[in-house]
Amino acid sequence: MTSSVLPSNVAAREETTPARKQAPARSTTWRRRLPLLPALIFTIVVTQIPFVLTVVYSFQSWNLVRPGSRHFVWLQNYVDVFVDSQFRTALLNTVLLTVFSVLLSMLIGLALALLLDRKMIGRGVVRTLLITPFLILPAAGALLWKTTMFDPTYGLLNFVFGGNTDWLAEWPLTSVIAQIVWQWTPFMMLLILAGLQSQSKEVLEAAQVDGANRWRTFASITLPQLSRYLQLATLLGAIYIVNSFDSIFLMTQGGPGTASTNLPFYIYQRAFQGFDIGQSSAMGVIVVILTMIVATFALRLMFRTFSVTGGVK
Amino acid sequence: MTTVDTRPPPVTRKRKRRIGSISLSALTWVIAILFVFPLIWMVLTSFKQEADAYTDPPKLVFGPTLDQFAGVIDRGFLPYLANSAGVTAMVTLIVLIFAIPAAYALSIAPVKGTTNALGFFLSTKMLPVVAAIIPLYVISQNMKLLDNVWALVILYTSMNLPLAIWMMRSFFLEVPTEMMEAARVDGANLPTLLYKIILPVVAPGIAATALICVIFSWTEFFYAVNLTAARAGTVPVFLVGFITSEGLYWAQLSAAALLASLPVMIVGWIAQNHLVRGLSMGAVK
Repeated sequence: MTSSVLPSNVAAREETTPARKQAPARSTTWRRRLPLLPALIFTIVVTQIPFVLTVVYSFQSWNLVRPGSRHFVWLQNYVDVFVDSQFRTALLNTVLLTVFSVLLSMLIGLALALLLDRKMIGRGVVRTLLITPFLILPAAGALLWKTTMFDPTYGLLNFVFGGNTDWLAEWPLTSVIAQIVWQWTPFMMLLILAGLQSQSKEVLEAAQVDGANRWRTFASITLPQLSRYLQLATLLGAIYIVNSFDSIFLMTQGGPGTASTNLPFYIYQRAFQGFDIGQSSAMGVIVVILTMIVATFALRLMFRTFSVTGGVK
Repeated sequence: MTTVDTRPPPVTRKRKRRIGSISLSALTWVIAILFVFPLIWMVLTSFKQEADAYTDPPKLVFGPTLDQFAGVIDRGFLPYLANSAGVTAMVTLIVLIFAIPAAYALSIAPVKGTTNALGFFLSTKMLPVVAAIIPLYVISQNMKLLDNVWALVILYTSMNLPLAIWMMRSFFLEVPTEMMEAARVDGANLPTLLYKIILPVVAPGIAATALICVIFSWTEFFYAVNLTAARAGTVPVFLVGFITSEGLYWAQLSAAALLASLPVMIVGWIAQNHLVRGLSMGAVK
């Protein structure tokens, strides 16, 4: 964290709080910190220790089914991981899954949000209906799609579109993406709807008075104002979807072959079915580094968005 | 677009717009129903006999039965439900105990380094869970916490805490500072301030945070599947039992999915106005 992402409102608050102006004594500082400490210590212990251990394990050769096999091999695991073609497939699948799921759920979410952002009969009911796929257990959603939707003989998809496609065998990654998009569209819709409803009505009315048509108003006023919300939706969606495990575990088990294996599922397989602690830890570390690159952008954006929308009040 | 003469008279225009508006509303309704149709179908299937669940074409009319719900209970659903309820309640309670003071220290009486602390909490949310599962499994094994609800309670607390702190902070920032100053000048002490001024403003925020915490604890899958089994398993673990027997029990699976999801669905409907704030960690209201 550098000071470049310092939210202006936090800085402003710290300055305007009278107690801070008088340069508080050491004891006061600690008394102020006290409420924060339990949460901080708990989070450091529970989230940072496992991660440090993952790094340590990643330098070791350690297979649980061969007791006494544990020893340091330093970077060998990383070399093995990079020459492993299955790892590369899983990496590619993760990128495809994340990019397409986020893009599609965002486009559909945007369309639904625009439809909902107007006066209509039963608007609340429609919104409640539309968010429900996000609220059911992801595990339940995945199993339902696997059976009642994708089943080649009795599934609803083949009933509607005809034919007897075995969706999960012939289009494994596409089917998984479809299920994830269905589940995440409501989230995108809610976020974009929040953006739409935060627009000032005066500006929109002024545009209408000036004779701008709906499309012009959307393209030149709504969309630019929405861009921050769209960015936030992309990043939050990506952070969650990169970690997708439920859908793949329950619908395809990564198969057929490795056709729908993503990194979380591959690491799970190597650790809990192959018992290869060293290599799966190395993969975990690589995932963290990749996530950190994305997350750096996410963090900056979170702080910027926050200081814009939340800083006013 | 200022050629007023060619426009139809205002009455027709108004009617045209009205028809357009009604058809757009109808379209919205149709899309919404199509979108949730997999869930509508789940509810219908859960009231079917197994024989009615596999038909080509799919059956819309059938004699409803509660057999499948009874079957789910017979399959041993209730202990899983109890585990989920216990874990969720404990996690929500602990998260609130940790998060309320922390949010206070990051908003109303901000400590030095508030930004860094917030950034740290947020960054833990971005560590992928797969990167931590292996040591967590080894540690749980050594501490005899495998298949133990407390392992889940600890992990879910750490998972929800950053979210709760961020979200609650965004509510705490709405506490009117002028009012607090005025009350302080009038000689009000901290407990009075907390009770009279802060609590009324943040109470809805605490409730919303708790609801979001309930949703996330109830639906978590990865840790539950890897760290628990028959004894401490939560509701998602119960559902996994259906993959081995998928071809045969669609109606029962639908009933189980419905029962397992109903609690969070209700909580989510109640909390829907706050979902955005929770999911975006308070960055967007």
